[in-house]
Amino acid sequence: MTDHTPARNDHTRAGDDRTPAETDLLYSQAESDLRAAVRSLLADRADPAALPGRVEADSPCDPALWQALAAGMGTAGLLVPEKLGGQGATHREAAVVLEELGRAVTPVPYLTSSVIATETLLAAGATDLLTRLATGREVAVLAVPLSAGPDHEPATTGTVTGVADAARADVLLVPRPDGLYAVDAAEAGIAPQTPLDLTRPLAAVTVPDGAGTRLADADATRAAVRRGLLAGAGLLASEQLGVAEWCLEETVRHTRERHQFNRPVGSFQALKHRMAQLWLEVAGARAAARNAADALATGSPEAPLAVAVAQVYCSRVAVHAAEECVQLHGGIGMTWEHPAHLYLKRAKADAIALGSAGRHKETLAGLVNLPAPG
Amino acid sequence: MTDAAELRRRTRELLAAHPPATTGRTDFLKARFDAGLAWVHYPVGLGGLDAPRSLQAVVDAELEAAGAPDNDPRRIGIGLGMAAPTILAYGTEEQKRRFLRPLWVGEEVWCQLFSEPGAGSDLAALGTRAVRQGDEWVVNGQKVWTSSAHIARWAILIARTDPDLPKHRGITYFLCDMTDPGVEVRPLRQITGEAEFNEVFLTDVRIPDAHRLGAVGDGWKVARTTLMNERVSIGGMRVPREGGMIGPVSRTWRQRPCLRTHDLHQRLLDLWVEAEVARLTGERLRQQLAAGQPGPEGSGMKLAFARLNQEISGLEVELLGEEGLLYGDWTMRRPELVDFAGRDAGYRYLRSKGNSIEGGTSEVLLNIVAERVLGLPAEPRNDKDVAWKDLAR
Repeated sequence: MTDHTPARNDHTRAGDDRTPAETDLLYSQAESDLRAAVRSLLADRADPAALPGRVEADSPCDPALWQALAAGMGTAGLLVPEKLGGQGATHREAAVVLEELGRAVTPVPYLTSSVIATETLLAAGATDLLTRLATGREVAVLAVPLSAGPDHEPATTGTVTGVADAARADVLLVPRPDGLYAVDAAEAGIAPQTPLDLTRPLAAVTVPDGAGTRLADADATRAAVRRGLLAGAGLLASEQLGVAEWCLEETVRHTRERHQFNRPVGSFQALKHRMAQLWLEVAGARAAARNAADALATGSPEAPLAVAVAQVYCSRVAVHAAEECVQLHGGIGMTWEHPAHLYLKRAKADAIALGSAGRHKETLAGLVNLPAPG
Repeated sequence: MTDAAELRRRTRELLAAHPPATTGRTDFLKARFDAGLAWVHYPVGLGGLDAPRSLQAVVDAELEAAGAPDNDPRRIGIGLGMAAPTILAYGTEEQKRRFLRPLWVGEEVWCQLFSEPGAGSDLAALGTRAVRQGDEWVVNGQKVWTSSAHIARWAILIARTDPDLPKHRGITYFLCDMTDPGVEVRPLRQITGEAEFNEVFLTDVRIPDAHRLGAVGDGWKVARTTLMNERVSIGGMRVPREGGMIGPVSRTWRQRPCLRTHDLHQRLLDLWVEAEVARLTGERLRQQLAAGQPGPEGSGMKLAFARLNQEISGLEVELLGEEGLLYGDWTMRRPELVDFAGRDAGYRYLRSKGNSIEGGTSEVLLNIVAERVLGLPAEPRNDKDVAWKDLAR
């Protein structure tokens, strides 16, 4: 599906001062086409302005929209090889989809099923299930808390709380001490929790001992879960980029239109500077997110570093952009009927999701040999 | 001059004549008002004794020790903090006598009909119209962000009485009866899921001229008294160390070592120091205010607390990690009070976003500091000499 040839990184041991070889940080034509198609679908079927009225429904995810996105457009199978029914594309394309989903804070299980669960299954070599996910017929989620980062040590047994999109899942991927299990969601207890981010439902998941089919042994499970969460963290940066982009664009639009003091409020220098600063941050977020997506796509040994950098940077940018969006919308931004609050909640939750910035900084400190004092 | 000893004596007299144990709450409060011990810096006959404001603490301590009821100041905050000082400054004798006692006692709750959908940071651009008909004014328009409107008996209202004048000059200040059939209050749901504020629609509301506060066209000057007091009441509450939002996050840090990271530790300490310095700055400002009237310095406190509340609650949500991803309850409710205490970090994070908007946006307050405190020149303006009706909107 993609026509770009990724640049290979000549990776050297981290901690020296050599700069990695050039990475492709642009969007290919195919990636731009994919973006246009997803954006057009979401514009028709997932207008953020209509979301505040939807998010409190039992399932904010619109099944027809998910079907059109995952199966109709084939985005669920981007990471899956063609021989398994997927598109044989890469993390670069999946990242573009996530940028668009972030821009519209769309409540669909793309990050959880089409990225994290899919990547975990790819690592575990679970082909049958991969095909079902790739075609968009089924949704699977990895049964770990949304806050779990790549270094997460899965709980041994019992109830796992804060599992994203669990209520929407057909299959749960359950890491146990002896391996990774695929458990039919109908066999598990799934108790919805009240999320800060209403566009990404959370649930407490209880899986009976002995339920499910084993997909991988203990060692392979550890590696597979790590790979799934690393890809999730890396591509979450693209979702955060999309959130930040929408917030900035909407803020610029609003402050151009809103008149106070007989002029557009966006003509005040103090506000212009704040939006210009956000633009700088969004530009940085795009570079960092592209870098992470490309490193994952090429299987670069730089990937853990690229993911940590993208998470530390993009988490902050998304929250900053959403906070400025609410503030610069004035009273309107504090109302339920305006979608700005959904972006703020998504941005804040994303900052915790898949490892906090602090955890990623600790990872980075090790990777680039900048140890903590003492 | 009434001194502390005199106030103590009068307070004990009040307690002797109206023992809290055997006196109804409202009766006690009325007696306290009539004894001049409600707000001692107010004039004699209006709940005060013309005493220094700082001596209020003497009365409050005596009454608290005796177990006397208070007037639930948080419930009637808009009345106490905004309506009362404005009525005192600009009201006729009749208005002061009619309104201040039930206001202070809490029999009549007040709300503030100022902000409009098209007049937020630029409040002076408001478009609600008041047209004179004989001895009455007929008011039409829409107000927004009105806390307590659903429980209020009275409102302080500013409305446009002359659209041909520049915006600051064509405004008049009224005391509006919220039971008028033309007043419609609708809940306005917010980012927190609650509807703590309201939209208020005014349709042919009739206000007697006797309920006008200040001269026709002087509404902006009168409103500035209200706004100064609002900013002080938002930013100027007395807090003990760790008494604000830094308290819950500090307790969580101490009690739950597993949540700690180096990154959050440094940020927490930075915010702890800022919270402590803000507390000390507030204390110093309060000592300055004890004698006189609030000045523009009050704007600084509101700015500081808005930012601190937002940053500290934001840090706390992150510190809580997996728990921070959850929210208490999104059910739409209409609370009578805003209370951060006992609420989860997510609520505080979202609610505090309003702190930099309500009662003057932080952007406007920074301009006030720059221009009125630092004396920096104002930006060139094209809205001051234009008739209100010709402004761009």
